[in-house]
Amino acid sequence: MSGEKSHLALLRILGPIHVWALGVGIVLVGEFTGWNFSADKGGALAALIACWIIGLLYTAVAMIDSEVTSTVAAAGGQYAQAKHIVGPLMAFNVALYLVFAYTMLEVSNAILVGDLMVATAGPDAGIERHGFVVLMIAVLCFLNYRGVLVTLNINFVITALAFLSIIILFFSVQPWSQGTVLQLGKMVTPENALPYGWLGVLASFQFGIWYYLGIEGTTQAAEEVRSPARSLPFGTMTGMITLLIGATITWYVCASMLPWEYLGFTFFPLYDAAKMTGSASLEFLLFWGTVLAGVASANGCINDASRAWFSLGRDRYLPAWFSAVHPTYRTPYRSILFLLPIALAFAFISDLNQAITFSILSGVLQYTFMSINVMMFRKKWPLGSIRRGYVHPFHPLPALILLVLCIITYGAVFLGYGSQLIAMVAFYLVVSLWFHFYRYRYVQRGAQFSMPWPRPSGY
Amino acid sequence: MWHMLSNAAWVIGAALILWMLWDWWKTDTTHSEDMLTSSREGEIEAVSEKHKI
Repeated sequence: MSGEKSHLALLRILGPIHVWALGVGIVLVGEFTGWNFSADKGGALAALIACWIIGLLYTAVAMIDSEVTSTVAAAGGQYAQAKHIVGPLMAFNVALYLVFAYTMLEVSNAILVGDLMVATAGPDAGIERHGFVVLMIAVLCFLNYRGVLVTLNINFVITALAFLSIIILFFSVQPWSQGTVLQLGKMVTPENALPYGWLGVLASFQFGIWYYLGIEGTTQAAEEVRSPARSLPFGTMTGMITLLIGATITWYVCASMLPWEYLGFTFFPLYDAAKMTGSASLEFLLFWGTVLAGVASANGCINDASRAWFSLGRDRYLPAWFSAVHPTYRTPYRSILFLLPIALAFAFISDLNQAITFSILSGVLQYTFMSINVMMFRKKWPLGSIRRGYVHPFHPLPALILLVLCIITYGAVFLGYGSQLIAMVAFYLVVSLWFHFYRYRYVQRGAQFSMPWPRPSGY
Repeated sequence: MWHMLSNAAWVIGAALILWMLWDWWKTDTTHSEDMLTSSREGEIEAVSEKHKI
């Protein structure tokens, strides 16, 4: 082994566009599928209310995340934040939320793309989605294995193309001229706007999360970004603005072209809207937009889940074996490979709704943590005590809004998937007990707190 | 054609997974475990993010 490097680290090589590509790439698939199930829960108007209120939730998430992550620039994102600000048990749980949310989102994307291929082939072709699922997950793991720069460069291109397909569809249906192509007045009437009343609006929040689920994943790139204090807030906030525009356009086009009963049922609302125009080129464009959005999302999810798993290994929360960095590609290769068969197994045995629900539940648990986390952060390290790349305004209002909206969303999830919610909370309780009574003895307790911060206020 | 595409997807996917497994074995047998797991959180901050308020 003489002559080999004695020390390895992840490469610090990314810029703001990669942060944007990671965040928007993970989320954009939610405009192509997922959000529309909120119409099934409460009607087309409820889907729009969910779009804006859940948009408020995620704006709070993006602002809070930008401030804390510009200070805690480490792989693992919210896990590293939780470890330094709340404590190890919270950090262990947050890392599991991250791994579950991203792995199940990756599974959902692979199922979506596989199903789209099968639907395009038609029932006469007699093929199953499994081959396409294996190909997609294997190709993306391969990319992630070979290096973060090429992975996120590709993500930037395919995410931009998918977003462009939405914009082209929007201008092709002449949004300035209602009645020419778009028929919002006929599709959404006072009689059918809220068919289940305000309870339907509440229930719609569960799938309204899909407009933005995963934007917080930008923080996982913290250790690989050249200037985290600048790039992370910039990439995250521009990503959130992109998504708010994309979500509103998507709702407007789809609600103006598809009846709410169908909108709440279909798996491909934008693709179906393109079909309704009768234009073969728009249909072609939105088909590939849907595929590319699914691929970009799964790609970002593999990146994020592997960083969270890698961070757990590095702090000995899991065996240190997982913390290996590839000497050539500088990626957490063992974590990437370990999560690959897990994703494949879930893609084979679960359906899209189950995978989406597990992803959403883990996401909401994480956002609840973030609201508490930022209040503790400001209390322990007040403004002026440490350098922040970004300071979010109106504190503690965004944190309180986030907490309230999370509680409302738990109610919405309980209405639709109460047993899964209880099962998931029970799972996290059991693994917390395992961590506290067994695993924590292996953790290097002093070494895990790595930020060069002053002693917290009041300690 | 769709059957051929589906079969090709299985073959390409399996080939990529086998390549990663081979590279994993090669990497683990070529380098020491201490070196592979030497990454530490926060070392970049300690070097490049020194600053004053």
